[in-house]
Amino acid sequence: MKEIVVVSGKGGTGKTSIVAAFSRVAGRKLAMGDCDVDASNLAILVPGEDDDEEPFHAGSRARIDVNACTGCARCETACRYGAIEVVDGLARVHDLKCEGCRACSVVCDEDAISFAENRAGTLFRRPTPRGPLIHAALGVAQDNSGKLVARVREVTREAAQAAGLDLAMFDGPPGIGCPVHAAVGGASLLVIVTEPSISGVHDLGRILELARHFELDAAVLVNKAGLHPEAERDIEDVCEKSGVRIVGRIPFDERVPAALARGETPLAVEGISRSVEAAWGEIEKLLGSDTAT
Amino acid sequence: MKIAVASGKGGTGKTLVATSLAATWASRGHGVAYVDADVEEPNGHLFLSPRVEEERFCVKVPRLSGKRCEGSGKCNICAFNAIIPLGDSVMVFDQLCHSCGACVLACPGGYLVERDREIGTVSRGSAGDLRFWSARLDVGEARSTPLIEGLIGKAVAAEDAPERLVVIDSPPGTTCPAMASVESADLVLMVTEPTPFGDHDLRLAVEMGKALGKPMAAVVNRSDLGDDRVAETLAEAGVDVLARIPFEREVAAAYASGKMAIEECGGFASRIVALADALDSRLEGASK
Repeated sequence: MKEIVVVSGKGGTGKTSIVAAFSRVAGRKLAMGDCDVDASNLAILVPGEDDDEEPFHAGSRARIDVNACTGCARCETACRYGAIEVVDGLARVHDLKCEGCRACSVVCDEDAISFAENRAGTLFRRPTPRGPLIHAALGVAQDNSGKLVARVREVTREAAQAAGLDLAMFDGPPGIGCPVHAAVGGASLLVIVTEPSISGVHDLGRILELARHFELDAAVLVNKAGLHPEAERDIEDVCEKSGVRIVGRIPFDERVPAALARGETPLAVEGISRSVEAAWGEIEKLLGSDTAT
Repeated sequence: MKIAVASGKGGTGKTLVATSLAATWASRGHGVAYVDADVEEPNGHLFLSPRVEEERFCVKVPRLSGKRCEGSGKCNICAFNAIIPLGDSVMVFDQLCHSCGACVLACPGGYLVERDREIGTVSRGSAGDLRFWSARLDVGEARSTPLIEGLIGKAVAAEDAPERLVVIDSPPGTTCPAMASVESADLVLMVTEPTPFGDHDLRLAVEMGKALGKPMAAVVNRSDLGDDRVAETLAEAGVDVLARIPFEREVAAAYASGKMAIEECGGFASRIVALADALDSRLEGASK
């Protein structure tokens, strides 16, 4: 199975709307996974109803046995996250700060600290006419460790196999940290969506460095093309130096946000669809003839 | 007073608003510091062009102090699978380590010590009257939260005072990295956009602000390019909109080229001035 992961480094370059648009021009079914579990938006543009969900547990939180606690405060001293405070002779846990590390329980002589499993989020399955969509929501204030991202990738692959599909496409998280590492591992091709701005160029450099670090094949798609020609030339230079191909350019168009506001993909805007189709054609070529239709 | 500029969704205009606001306040003679806490993709320096000094930032990771230990296996207490006992030695996975110290506390013979490991760079300096702070996570590093906490801790210790303003440019999202950057703030300024994505992520960001008990206010960017959903969401949550910034191609072009849009576009500059005024009265009210 081939796996395309769409990333950007910088947020807001258009990853999600491009993934949704690609799913419409692909001309065949594919499995889709939204790896931006922190701010998951792909489901907004891929119509359908979720038909299944599973709870996602990660880590744990300290719990104090108030009958055993003597208020000695050794746990408060041991905790490096400021998550335990002794108030009125009893240890209290700040759930938002606790990482479930167990340092407190090591120093507790009274065996007064246990750990409760932490419900960190939820994973959803959605059948759609274009193929299965897997998306997830991590609860606020959770540790975005990449574990839920890894689970989204695993379930998406399983859904693809179950449906006899040989292609999965993932909408990646912004940044270059742990969630991105979990999203890109083992990808057949990274499609880096950038924009011609000084920030876009800066962040493109960082995500290309990450692609080299993990030895992944990458291609670049320029969104909002025409916004700033000078930055577009900088993108071309960066890509040439890195030996990375630019697979397409989607023109900047003020009507795109309005289309998104109506729940449509950028394809609804006149003139955009041809550039999306052309980019998808190049991506199919890069993936190799064995998956081309 | 510390203001965190946050959003949930990426690319809504946090850095545009944070740099513009910091520069506007600095031009009024306030003592102002801009802190770029988006350590995975820091971009504030591209607009403010500060002169900075850099220092490397380290986290603690466990190591055996000698070649061997007694093999008690107690370090397998690690909740993050970052250290695994192997006979009379250990294997440490630095990237997974949360520097909690539990393994060191659990080791009965005191064989484990903590060593510094570099994960990024902290920069401090100035751009004209503006104090500037930022940090940059090394490519390949997984955990940005310790670097964000370290940056904010240093910046707040150096800059925060009742009569001074600290503007914290937060990373996107609503999990640990975003939390770490808004945790110390006196006010969270949400920058959102009127699209379904903006609305969805704004709801999460507001939930985060409420979980932390933070006063919030909002800026709607590209306010004329979408629908009314974010306005309704903010009204329901009781979060005041302090500025609406309509889309202007000149602002987008100035931002794309690394220029300060407040210097290039009069309409935009006047909206940021009004935002600064509105925040001033908010903060005055809060400090009374």
